[in-house]
Amino acid sequence: MKNNKNIFGWQADRSKYPDLDDNGKPIVDLTSHKYTKVWQGPNHPGITGNMSLELTLSGDEIVDAKTHVGYLHRGFEKLIERRIYFKGLATCIRMCVPESDSNEYVYSASIEKLAKIEVPELALWMRTLSLEMSRLQMLLRTVPGQASTLSLGLGGQWGMYLRDLILDRFEELTGGRIYHMFIVPGGVRGYLPDGFKERMEENLKLIEEFVLKIEDLIFNNAIFKKRTVGVGVIEKSWVSEYGIVGPNARGAGFKRDVRKDYPYLKYNELDFDVTIGHDSDIYTRNQIRKQDLITTVDLIRQIMAKMPNKGDIRAVTPNVLHWEIEKGETYQRSESSRGEYGLYMVSDGTKYPRRINLRGPSYTHAVSLLERMLLNANIADVHNIMVSLQTCPPEIER
Amino acid sequence: MQKIIDKLNTIFEISDIIEDSSNFSFLTCKKEQAISMITHLRDIEGFSHFVILSVVDWIEDEKFQLTYILNNPDKKIDIAIRVFIDRNNPIMDSAHHLWQHVATYQRELKEMFGIEFPNSPRLNESFILEGWDNIPPMRRDFDTNKYSEETFFPREGRTTNDPSEYMKNKLYPDEK
Repeated sequence: MKNNKNIFGWQADRSKYPDLDDNGKPIVDLTSHKYTKVWQGPNHPGITGNMSLELTLSGDEIVDAKTHVGYLHRGFEKLIERRIYFKGLATCIRMCVPESDSNEYVYSASIEKLAKIEVPELALWMRTLSLEMSRLQMLLRTVPGQASTLSLGLGGQWGMYLRDLILDRFEELTGGRIYHMFIVPGGVRGYLPDGFKERMEENLKLIEEFVLKIEDLIFNNAIFKKRTVGVGVIEKSWVSEYGIVGPNARGAGFKRDVRKDYPYLKYNELDFDVTIGHDSDIYTRNQIRKQDLITTVDLIRQIMAKMPNKGDIRAVTPNVLHWEIEKGETYQRSESSRGEYGLYMVSDGTKYPRRINLRGPSYTHAVSLLERMLLNANIADVHNIMVSLQTCPPEIER
Repeated sequence: MQKIIDKLNTIFEISDIIEDSSNFSFLTCKKEQAISMITHLRDIEGFSHFVILSVVDWIEDEKFQLTYILNNPDKKIDIAIRVFIDRNNPIMDSAHHLWQHVATYQRELKEMFGIEFPNSPRLNESFILEGWDNIPPMRRDFDTNKYSEETFFPREGRTTNDPSEYMKNKLYPDEK
């Protein structure tokens, strides 16, 4: 990167920077005392959750980055192998804390696929609602959260307030605020409470106003633009090379959304578009997430208008304490706010799963991709790039 | 989907084809042919998205089942390739040269199941566990209960679950 060009036309003095090898990686000789090693994390305000980055710096530029995980490892996949299917649900939802409903869905859907259970119509609508509410509360954290990493905390505060209102709705619907266990194998756990739709509509109106406000506060902010436009670019070729999914792939111009490509639940009856960007920088990815926020508000309205008022919410299942699932294997996917979220489940015909394996988007985004993106980045942009990928460490180490 | 499987059938030895849904199929292939089949699917058939590499421990058959799930984002179809390897000598060819993130999966499987992927980058660096000196923990024969009993200092539980009695014993041990 000796002849680096950036969008401002400014050329840094790179005469002291290391040479590159054939793969484009700088050749770093730590014994030369030219480089500094800095650990960012695991306890650091600029880190999303419990992970750490081992950074090697030349001046303030990163020449080598390694992701270290394991600070949160609780061996969920192993624990679930020793639990009956129904009890595994309570463990499974903790594999990604902020968006637990995606876990519930893929886990339940895998069991239903293997046990060949048909879920009732109303339960499908309730599940779609629950997943969209979950996406909404996650995006309310993430979209203004990007500005918070650049010390523009006001949007983040507003977002957290609105997220709390959605958590209130979750509480009245499911009884829980963060972990809901609402989607269970066979259906869902309850009906909509009285007046739920009206209260939700009030919240949605507030969120629409909020989107207009953050447009001025964040997206038209000169400092936000300077720190995000042209920074943290994902090359188009990396999308397949690194297995990039969700808004990060859509930012690079790839129209990929599990809800459209592999319709599940009731998404094929809902009218929505998948937004894509072209510049693939941090600013574009956030614009896409903001657009997702607007789409999700619209989807929740559509779901509440279209869902039937009456019907069964649970299919008839065998006694869950003695439920032996047929031998087989399956992979079920859903679209979380971060992208494709899948679960590979293998049953050996007993009461316990033989193997479950989660495929979270952060597994690739926060390890191989982040390590690549941080090369030649400025140390001040590390948290900026990391938050723009929406990393969630629990789903890496499960 | 059927066309692709028929074509694969002519080039490679595949068996146990199971259709999970109209756009998702599982199939088994030989260990020696797995990587060339994955390369064929990526380069010729357009399966450009690597979804997951997972392992199932069939301890009773003394086999590990490796599952590679590949996705074709244009045709919107998936193929899951099962490869069985010997559990007592778990070595598999590496696929790290095909996708960048495969190396991460292989690193995790080396740590959690003890499967060797020769030449895979950073394979022996610890991924999640640090300083682990037992058998790979995701193997079926690793007993989590036994390990925790042997490793961690046993703590005595309360003798009673009644909070009022517990507090009474704690605060006024002499009183009857």
